[in-house]
Formats: sequence, C-alpha cells, structure tokens
Amino acid sequence: MQYKAIVIGVSLGGMNAMKVLFASLPSTFSIPIIIVQHIGARSDNMWINFINTTSNLKLKEVREKEKVELGNVYVAPANYHLLVEMDETFSLTIDQRVNFARPSIDVLFESAAAAYKDKLIGIILTGSNKDGAAGVKRIQEYGGLVVVEDPETAESNTMPLAAIATTKPDHILPLKKIVDLLIQLEQNNLAS
Amino acid sequence: MTPHKDNLDIEISLLLDAIYQKHGYDFRQYSQAHIARRVNNRMLITGLKNVTEVHAKVLHDETFAAELLRDLSITVTEMFRDPEFYKSLREKVIPILKTYPFIKIWHAGCSTGEEAYSMSIILKEEGLYDRATIYATDFNQQALNRAKQGIFSNELMKEYTLNYQLSGGKESFSKYYTSSYDNVIMHQSLGKNIVWANHNLVTDSVFAEVQMIFCRNVLIYFDRNLQNKVHSLFNASLIKGGILCLGSKESLRFNNAHTTYNELDSKHKIFKKKY
Repeated sequence: MQYKAIVIGVSLGGMNAMKVLFASLPSTFSIPIIIVQHIGARSDNMWINFINTTSNLKLKEVREKEKVELGNVYVAPANYHLLVEMDETFSLTIDQRVNFARPSIDVLFESAAAAYKDKLIGIILTGSNKDGAAGVKRIQEYGGLVVVEDPETAESNTMPLAAIATTKPDHILPLKKIVDLLIQLEQNNLAS
Repeated sequence: MTPHKDNLDIEISLLLDAIYQKHGYDFRQYSQAHIARRVNNRMLITGLKNVTEVHAKVLHDETFAAELLRDLSITVTEMFRDPEFYKSLREKVIPILKTYPFIKIWHAGCSTGEEAYSMSIILKEEGLYDRATIYATDFNQQALNRAKQGIFSNELMKEYTLNYQLSGGKESFSKYYTSSYDNVIMHQSLGKNIVWANHNLVTDSVFAEVQMIFCRNVLIYFDRNLQNKVHSLFNASLIKGGILCLGSKESLRFNNAHTTYNELDSKHKIFKKKY
C-alpha cells in the first residue's frame, strides 16, 4: 500500500501532542503531513515556530494553491478552512464555521478523502470537541487508514471518543505508538 | 492515457454545466473541493442521495435551484476584517489616494457590504469621502440588496467595534449607526457615495477605470485559470500606480499577475501596480 498523505486533526492539548510527534519523526520522513489545529481566529500561527525548535521536519503554514509535496508538513492558517483539491493542491475558504471551528478538521479530512481515496492516513489526536469524527468516517469509506489517539492517554479524550463512535479505527494508540506506526508505514511505502 | 474521473467528479462537472446553461451562473472554474462540499451539504439537508438527483432538481425545481445558488455564493464577511490590514491601509494607501483629485474604488465581490461601509468610514475620517466613489459589486443580488439596506445584526457590533478600534479608528464606532431592537442601521451618509451594482467577475467585463481595487477572500474560491482571468480584468481596470488589496492569505505567487505589481505591504497583501 502506497500512502500519499497524512492528515492530522488536533485541538485542545495539541501543542504538547505535536511537540512529541514532531520531536520523534525523522527528518527523512517523506509522506506529506497536513494539520488542522484549532486555534483562535486572530492567531498568527507563531506556535509553528515553537514546534519547529525541536522538530526534525519543518512545519509551515499552507500557501493558497500550492501543491502538496513529499517531505513537507503543512498547517492550516487561522480563520480559514483548508481543503485538498483532486489535483493535490490546496485551497482555502472563509465559509461558515463547521463544528464551531475554522479551520475545521472535517472540512480538511472530507476533501482529502475524496482526493487521496485509499491512499490517505487520517489521524485524530487530543481535543475537547467532535470535529473530525465525520471526516474520519469519510476517510474510512474511501478505504483510507484511520488512526485515533488512545482516549485513555490523550490529554483531552472527547475528540478521540467522537472519532471512535463514527468509525472502527484501524488503530487506537498512545501518541508514541502512533509515531512508531507512521515510521513503519513510511518504510513500507519506500519498500513497495 | 488520462485516468478516468470518478463518478463524483463527473456528476459535479455535469451539474455545473447544467447550472450555467439553465441559470447563467458559472461555477465551472471554482475550487472543486469547495463546490463538492457545498453540494454535499445541500444533499444532506434535502435528503437527496446523489449529485444526479441534485442535477434533476436544479433543472426542474426553481426553489431548490435558488437555494443551491445561494449555497454556492460566499457571503461570509466582517466589518474591518483583519484590523491590521485596515491599519496598514490608513498608513500606506491613504497618502497615495490623497494625491488624486477624484478617487474611484472598485470593491469586487462585496457580498453584504460590511467592508464597503468600512471603507466609507475610513475615507470620511481621512477627509476623502467627498471626492470618492465606491463601486461595490457582487453577482449575488440578494446579498447586494442587504448591503444597500445597511442593516446588520446588533450581536455583531461588539466584534466590529473591536475590529474598528484595532484598525486605528478615530471615533466612537457607535457614531456610525443607529440601534433599533436586534439590528443596527448604518448611517445613510456612509452609503451616499457607494454605487451598489450587480457584476459577475466570472462572466462580466471592465466597467470603469479605478484607482483602487478591493477583492478580499474572493479569488481563493477560483482555480488558477479563473484567477488569471480575473487578474487580467483587474489589470485592465486599474490605473498605473493603482492599488490592489487581496485577503490576508492570498498571494500572486501562483498566477500571472505577480509581474504586474510591486508589494506595498507583503504581510497584508497590498499591491501597487507598476508604471
């Protein structure tokens, strides 16, 4: 199985979770990662710099219309929904909030599912709302892989529980094990 | 060989053809992920099972078609949206506008008008309003009608007031409207020099030569080809040395217009057309 992209949805508790995740993924990690972190509408996404101080991969805010490239980590800008087009480019919208959120995890996941079909990995991490639950369901319907952070170990378990309620996740794992899984899947990618 | 499209792609593309042929609105070069999402929402609300059913209803059910067209147009806007942008506008653009005896501003895709009123307020505070005309255009007539009325929900005023203050506003924001029950109505003097007009960026052409074009968070919905087309339209409308304002996350990087402009403020996406 060749995975072409990873989408990650994260909310409350996200800073710590992403610090752990990106301190552990190697700089050679090639599958593009696309992140929606719920953040205030006026945020300038300076938290990206904070994660980048300890990350091997460099996170960057998405630029409208840019193409998804190997080895990159993309973050949705504050106050815009982020979508993936069929041609694997990004678009932004200022449509109504979804699940009270803009950017919304569902919006990213549902569009990415349509673009990548069974070649997508969707990951729901810590968060205290239900955004992303519909998105992982769509990913599963298209045959993609669904990974949810273990509600037992997540800083905030509402979002993982909501995702588990709509899908039968392929993996429910603590954060550190998610890192191991991603590294394994990437190795399989390279081998195939 | 080009790969076969999947059913959803085919159905959406047929639907957009039908909307264009039947209703004259051209969404064929919009961001397809956005269109798919809006169509899907309408399907969920009305209990339709697939896009082909949507297609049939768009042709035969006027009420449904009107609802779908409303879904497909974007009406999310704010007064003084991105206050820092407006601050920069006051500091960097107003001095340029002051050099012209008459100022024509085209606000393309004004939706329900919040930003056109914001511009009126700034022009007034900077002593430019009497020599300015704002052409505020949109293809959504319903939104334009609302814009013309200048009636907004009272609930929003707290946020708008904060936006106004952060943008470098010089007065008490409440000076610009009158409250009445759950709504406020903008003072009529603010609309005096605004010409509200129906104009479709996708299908209509140049109508005036202007000193400034304001088009924030509209082009993000268009694919690259359509962005290029609209940028040609802007280029044909804007005088040399004129100002183009885009949304805070928009760029010229991926289209042909980037050679036409210098950056006046790269962070807030304010561009000056080269001489």
